[in-house]
Amino acid sequence: MAAVILEAQGLSRAFGGLRAVDNVDLTLQEGEVHALIGPNGAGKTTLVSLLSGRLTPDAGHIRFDGQDITRLPAHARVARGIAYTFQITSIYAGLSVFDNLALAVQRSRPRDLTAAVQAAALRVGLEGELQAEAGALSYGHQRLLEIGMGLALAPRLLILDEPTQGLANGEINDFMTLVRGLKGTTVLLIEHNMDVVMALADRITVLHFGQVLASGSPAAIRADAAVQAAYLGGADAAD
Amino acid sequence: MKALVLHLAVLAALAAMGFLLPPYHHGMMARVLVMAVFAIGYNIAFGYTGLLSLGHALHFCAGMMACGIAMREGVAAGPALLLGLAAGGVTALATGLLALRTAGVSFMIVTLMFAQAFHLALLYYGGFTGGDEGFPLPGAARRLFGLDLTQAGPRYAVALVLFGLVLLAQWGLVSSRFGRSLIAMRENEERSRMLGYNPFTTKLAALVISGLCAGIAGAAYGVLFGYVGASFGTTQYSILPMLYVLLGGAGTTLGPLLGAGLMAWLIDAASGLTDSPLAVIGVTLIGLVVFAPRGILGTLRQRGLKWLP
Repeated sequence: MAAVILEAQGLSRAFGGLRAVDNVDLTLQEGEVHALIGPNGAGKTTLVSLLSGRLTPDAGHIRFDGQDITRLPAHARVARGIAYTFQITSIYAGLSVFDNLALAVQRSRPRDLTAAVQAAALRVGLEGELQAEAGALSYGHQRLLEIGMGLALAPRLLILDEPTQGLANGEINDFMTLVRGLKGTTVLLIEHNMDVVMALADRITVLHFGQVLASGSPAAIRADAAVQAAYLGGADAAD
Repeated sequence: MKALVLHLAVLAALAAMGFLLPPYHHGMMARVLVMAVFAIGYNIAFGYTGLLSLGHALHFCAGMMACGIAMREGVAAGPALLLGLAAGGVTALATGLLALRTAGVSFMIVTLMFAQAFHLALLYYGGFTGGDEGFPLPGAARRLFGLDLTQAGPRYAVALVLFGLVLLAQWGLVSSRFGRSLIAMRENEERSRMLGYNPFTTKLAALVISGLCAGIAGAAYGVLFGYVGASFGTTQYSILPMLYVLLGGAGTTLGPLLGAGLMAWLIDAASGLTDSPLAVIGVTLIGLVVFAPRGILGTLRQRGLKWLP
């Protein structure tokens, strides 16, 4: 049994009258790829925003690596090893690809920054674009840069918010290879592409109206009647 | 490499001007160099980190006052200049701790108000600060390393050395890893936060460095030109470095010097043509904002001189 790296208990967050995340428990095992799925508006992005510190919870606790991080600001959580890549691409559009990656790479204070940045670029296939302005890259390449910046932090937990959105099929395959190649990094993956989820995830948690509907192995989730009704097959599955 | 050559060439040209310029322009250029140091400080906060402060006169005038009052009380010019440097940094730290709780327009207003409050305090305690009229620094005290700063030659040399040091320090800063994190705050603060940079402390550090430059510039201005007064704490002295930086190019190492030099030359030239030289400046600035919003060097960098630091 692998060690628990992150444990959230009773997390809640409301926006006005809307309970976006409602009493959610979530446990991540060290080294696993854990997928978070659910219909639009289920609270997936709100939940990972609570985990990464971009939002503070109304109630509940988060423990990371045995320590309570519920009150820790986002940048301090990043320093402890929680990286977050944005759903809506958020890069430094006015800076070069080199500077974008360097800002992530230099967090770990490498002696040879140039070499470390080249290595980071190679992982996401952007080694030929280092001098290009990030804002001038194609959308797919900007997504890869976003993921590359998250990876370059060498995080213990990498939160990927819809990483394959807008990627071409070939790029999705490269992305899956990349995630499979991560050794020792726990991945929390929000994803709508079920092929990607089924291929990558060790475990899946399904959110629905801010609550956990089911949690388990891909096979178990696929077989779960409530999940089918809510999300996977909709009415067809009930036939 | 190109950048190093350019910086050294600029400094060499400025040194040559020290020998070649006629007396009137000589004095004007020494003033430009000191104001360029002030503008470099502003550039670090505004040009590189994206912090639009309207209160930098506070740090400039605090540096000038700390230095001037110390000299009036008998402190030598050298230690008094260091006091001015410290005053700029301390005021930036104190106001930054509060002002950085805001951003954008609120930040502009809060910094403006701090500067106004400081200016009014200087007037209120006029008996100690000299108030509106200020006070001259005795010529005998204005000596540094054996140089008589009431003389044009040594004055220019000291202004140039100070400018050269601050220019190179600025270049070193903005090409360092820390400098990259400052630029990152300007470009995308939320992304920077999610890369583990603390926006508050990063921006506070930028403000303190900026305040140190403003403080030493104010102190040097007092020592070199022999007069200190609360008039250097008015809003005009918050706006001037911003105009220099905008004209020369925000976020370029040489923009502050170019802006300060051009503005001084423009005011001088316009004064010969009309009784309202500031109107000419106004038209120039409007033209700048419309046709080259990135300033002169910023536009050049955009148009192909990508290596320009």
